[in-house]
Amino acid sequence: MKKDLVIIGGGPAGLAAAAAAKENGVDDLVIIERDARLGGILNQCIHNGFGLHTFQEELTGPEYAERYIKKVLELEIPCKLNTMVIDLTQMSESKKNAGSSKANDAAGSKLITVMNRQEGLYTIEAKAVILAMGCRERSRGALNIPGYRPAGIYSAGTAQRYVNMEGRMPGREIVILGSGDIGLIMARRMTLEGANVKLVAELMPYSGGLKRNIVQCLDDFGIPLKLNHTVVDIKGKERVEAVVVAQVDENSRPISGTEEEITCDTLLLSCGLIPENELSGNLGVDMNPATNGPRVNESLETDKEGVFACGNVLHVHDLVDYVSEEAAQAGKCAAAYLQGRLAGAKGEIPIRAVNGVRYTVPVCIDPHRMGETQVVRFRVGSVYKDAAIEVSFNGKVVSSRKKRALAPGEMEQIILKKSELEQFQGLREITFSVRQS
Amino acid sequence: MEKKEFVCIGCPLGCNVAVETEGKDIKSITGNTCPRGADYVTKELTDPRRIVTSLVRVKGGELPVVSVKTVADIPRDKIGECVKALKEIVLQAPVCIGDVVVENVCGTGVNVIATKNVEKV
Repeated sequence: MKKDLVIIGGGPAGLAAAAAAKENGVDDLVIIERDARLGGILNQCIHNGFGLHTFQEELTGPEYAERYIKKVLELEIPCKLNTMVIDLTQMSESKKNAGSSKANDAAGSKLITVMNRQEGLYTIEAKAVILAMGCRERSRGALNIPGYRPAGIYSAGTAQRYVNMEGRMPGREIVILGSGDIGLIMARRMTLEGANVKLVAELMPYSGGLKRNIVQCLDDFGIPLKLNHTVVDIKGKERVEAVVVAQVDENSRPISGTEEEITCDTLLLSCGLIPENELSGNLGVDMNPATNGPRVNESLETDKEGVFACGNVLHVHDLVDYVSEEAAQAGKCAAAYLQGRLAGAKGEIPIRAVNGVRYTVPVCIDPHRMGETQVVRFRVGSVYKDAAIEVSFNGKVVSSRKKRALAPGEMEQIILKKSELEQFQGLREITFSVRQS
Repeated sequence: MEKKEFVCIGCPLGCNVAVETEGKDIKSITGNTCPRGADYVTKELTDPRRIVTSLVRVKGGELPVVSVKTVADIPRDKIGECVKALKEIVLQAPVCIGDVVVENVCGTGVNVIATKNVEKV
């Protein structure tokens, strides 16, 4: 099978990317989704608070997803559900030569190996690909918590799926490690379903979740949050019987003597999200260790020509509105690429993240290729009060934006203007940094 | 005189706002950086309200539960009662987004609606 554009993933990123690509003239495209329905993680996020930026109203996850699913169906974009992409590679040289006279066509093509129950295993040859696979939760194995491996240990998102989609309760007496938004949301959800959430423990001195979630998911129900605490042991052989929680020092090391055993039957882990880039890895896409996602330019194109990335596979977002916005840009740029409208790079200016800025997306920008404006999204590495975000061209500060509060849990963005970049003579480097007053 | 502490949810700053009350009268609000902090604690003290999201059982559908929400916020102290009322209900598939699941839940004057489509199987 041959396609102009294949979108890998039918969550919020894939849906918005596909819709934008079609609206910009790409007709030969397909979305590949491994689940039985479109919408991705939004289907299990039944709480409200989605879409304030995009629709100026507070929707629940499934409602937000439905708006984009409708759009994709109205645009008659084909979707392959229950279909898993198992490999993504560059078309090999031999295949190219063996091909028809349209060898030129295949020059930049990607080979996508997919599998489903009806059609078995087959390959799709795509001129362009949009990576929209989303992210995964950090697992117990990655957290190095000692103890047995009893039943009753779940990532918060897994528990969320059990409860909200499958109508099953993972346990009754709950301890949650990690105070990211999913953990906080699940503390409330489990409480409303009749469980007793005994504690949320957070390794860091601050919560990674939104203030609103701390108030409305923990405080409203009297659930304690212990900062600077972690789980140091899991008791129980067949089923979780208790966890041992201890205070940690400034280097996140447990302090001996502060251990406290808490009886419970379930431990939920909400300890961060990691972009799911196995496929990008197979293709050899250049990755950014700060985000665990691909390095992309202003067109959201990776170092592999015709391969674009957006949403949580690129970098983990807090708000789905920004995922949709970013994905629409990827769809638009993929369309421009396929139609030969994506101007050749004339000189990419690197964007460096320094002094408290952990990363930027994109990592470089070509003033010649960029639109009139370019959104640069980034995160800071720790908590700041009364600071400023400075943008410098060749080391000279060109803009300084005051921020009353900055936190690693809140993504920031600054919009660069094409005119500013073009007017600056001999621009070699852009830097983003935090300045503390 | 009674003293209460709040964390303002207006922005990432998360001001710790202290309020002194005497009976129902608010005597002082301190610690907020902007007027939104004062508005927030006043609302939290006098009439705290929340949108409630939960689940209702479904029979004969592709999923055994459907997600629901109150279409407007309801008094915070009615959350438990509202969720309990929803547990009593069993819907028959298909269920469509926007279907009214309960009218005037717990006398709040607010309807509960479905937030997901559940097809019949």
